[in-house]
Amino acid sequence: MRERKKRKLKVSTVLVHLALLVLVFINIFPLYWMLTFSLKTNDEILGYSYKDPETGVRVQVPPNHVGLPHQWEWSNYAEAMNTGNMGQYFLNSLVVSVSAIAITMVASFMATYALTRLVWKGRKMMNKFFMLGLTIPIHASIVPVYIILSRMSLLNTYMALIFPYAAFSLSMGILISTGFMGDIPYDLDEAAFLDGCGVWGIFLRIIAPLMMPAIATVGIYTFLQCWNELLFATIFVSSGQYRTLPVGVQQLFGQYTTRWGPIGAALSIATIPTLIVYIFLSKRIQDSFIAGAVKG
Amino acid sequence: MKRTFTYRLHIFLFLLPALILFVGILIAPIVMSAWYSVHDFNSISSTKMDFVGLDNYVTLFSREMINPETGKVFANDKFMGDALVNSLILAVLSVFIQLPLSLIIALKLSKGIRGERAYLSIFFMPVLISTVIIGRLWMNIYDPGKAGILNAALRATGADQWLFPWISGRITSSKLAFTGQWTGFRETALGAAFVPILWQYVGYHMLLMYAGIKGVPSELLEAAELDGCSEGQVNRHIIIPYIKPILKVSVIFAVTGSLKSFDLIYALMKDTTKAELPSTLMYKLLFLHNRYGLGSAIAVVLIVLCFAFALLITLAFRDKGEKVS
Repeated sequence: MRERKKRKLKVSTVLVHLALLVLVFINIFPLYWMLTFSLKTNDEILGYSYKDPETGVRVQVPPNHVGLPHQWEWSNYAEAMNTGNMGQYFLNSLVVSVSAIAITMVASFMATYALTRLVWKGRKMMNKFFMLGLTIPIHASIVPVYIILSRMSLLNTYMALIFPYAAFSLSMGILISTGFMGDIPYDLDEAAFLDGCGVWGIFLRIIAPLMMPAIATVGIYTFLQCWNELLFATIFVSSGQYRTLPVGVQQLFGQYTTRWGPIGAALSIATIPTLIVYIFLSKRIQDSFIAGAVKG
Repeated sequence: MKRTFTYRLHIFLFLLPALILFVGILIAPIVMSAWYSVHDFNSISSTKMDFVGLDNYVTLFSREMINPETGKVFANDKFMGDALVNSLILAVLSVFIQLPLSLIIALKLSKGIRGERAYLSIFFMPVLISTVIIGRLWMNIYDPGKAGILNAALRATGADQWLFPWISGRITSSKLAFTGQWTGFRETALGAAFVPILWQYVGYHMLLMYAGIKGVPSELLEAAELDGCSEGQVNRHIIIPYIKPILKVSVIFAVTGSLKSFDLIYALMKDTTKAELPSTLMYKLLFLHNRYGLGSAIAVVLIVLCFAFALLITLAFRDKGEKVS
């Protein structure tokens, strides 16, 4: 019996699992390390020495690189939140991302409706025009938008990020919505039209309520783009009050060049919420990335 | 439906929000960037712009960029040619190391291995973390002091004894000896930047490929199995041709992503000149030297290259597909 079981467990399968587990370790370890050093003191991270009061001999304490903290230094988190202002940056990122999502969603649903369910000459061309946005790098907008924002005194406001983020999420929004809207039966439009609904009535009463699944997909995709964006954020919002999380983290390093604990805490504060959401919505989040790429 | 004036007006109204955003923030700025790029333009508060033709492009690719204020050569070691070469090296590494690795993992996972969903979710996780955070985290990993985990591991295993002198011997850009400053030398910085890129994006490409492989009709795979195809043959002749559209997306993403890359290098290094990329050069020209014309020229070069590569890759994938069928 035992021998038969052993033979069933193929060597190749074991090797594949072993290789995959090594990859799991490589994926997890940097995050584990970040969490542990966010809870350590500088002494523990760098190692230190002290003079034993009884014998008078200098005792070397080596750095604790990979172990759990000997003493959990929660004050690092308090410092990152208070002095490092991570709470404010977190809120800013949330305001900017959620507003950008709302605008992207409304604009791309409306445009998709006109592009897929209303019949007119040139709608294919218009769709291709919007799809150019998938390839246009954000660098294209930096100088002109910076100059326009600065002339309108809109630098260092939420607006300075919300509209550019929405604009750069639009093409993907339209691409994803096109897939979802195509799944809604066209008979519904016709029936509603015969019942006396106009184009707006059809859009608001029939199409919009059926686009709920698209809201999650477009929303997740847009959210991650905005939440993690750095280039626009550093350039358009350099002032402290409206900084987003990535900019805040970047600035924090200027303040604490040699203090590892608060730096680790700031990195963790910026990372943990995303990971918690991912644990609960992993399938949904993965699907939104797939929807964005597969149809492209 | 009827094609009355009101119908057309409604179509226009439906498109209006998207058009305003898209034209206002993406299309018009391209035209404006092109316009700025042929002007000498060093202050946003003044409207004075001197037409200089293609001078900015010439300056960008020549070795000397003179700062007009100080008269000093400020960009002798960070000109556009080097930056472009660096980003192309990243692109090549991504396409030939990252994508094959992703494909291998996706192929293994999609064959119904135990715990495939758990593996998939863990491998995809780094994609969700902000690139700035990853850059900063890796900056700590590479730290040349006592706390850096990479050098600590090398010291603990004794590998530093032979590895550091070996790397030192290969460094020609500086007289300093290599003692673990991974991001401090031109010879090592780009490689040091590629590792976190690899770490973050293998999962992304793997997920797309995995989804593609799961879309291969099971009849095809069963038929191949009945014909006695080995796993390698199935992969080569059925799965990979089938997921070609996804491979195309991955290649385009990897190449244009490398051209546009900014966050990681900017977060990873105090001194980006060691692995200068077009974006970091553009950032410096704009916001340290106020050279808006030159910065716009870089933007235009990037726009053209992104479209050119997207087109070339699409063509490359289409040609092969036609030969197969």
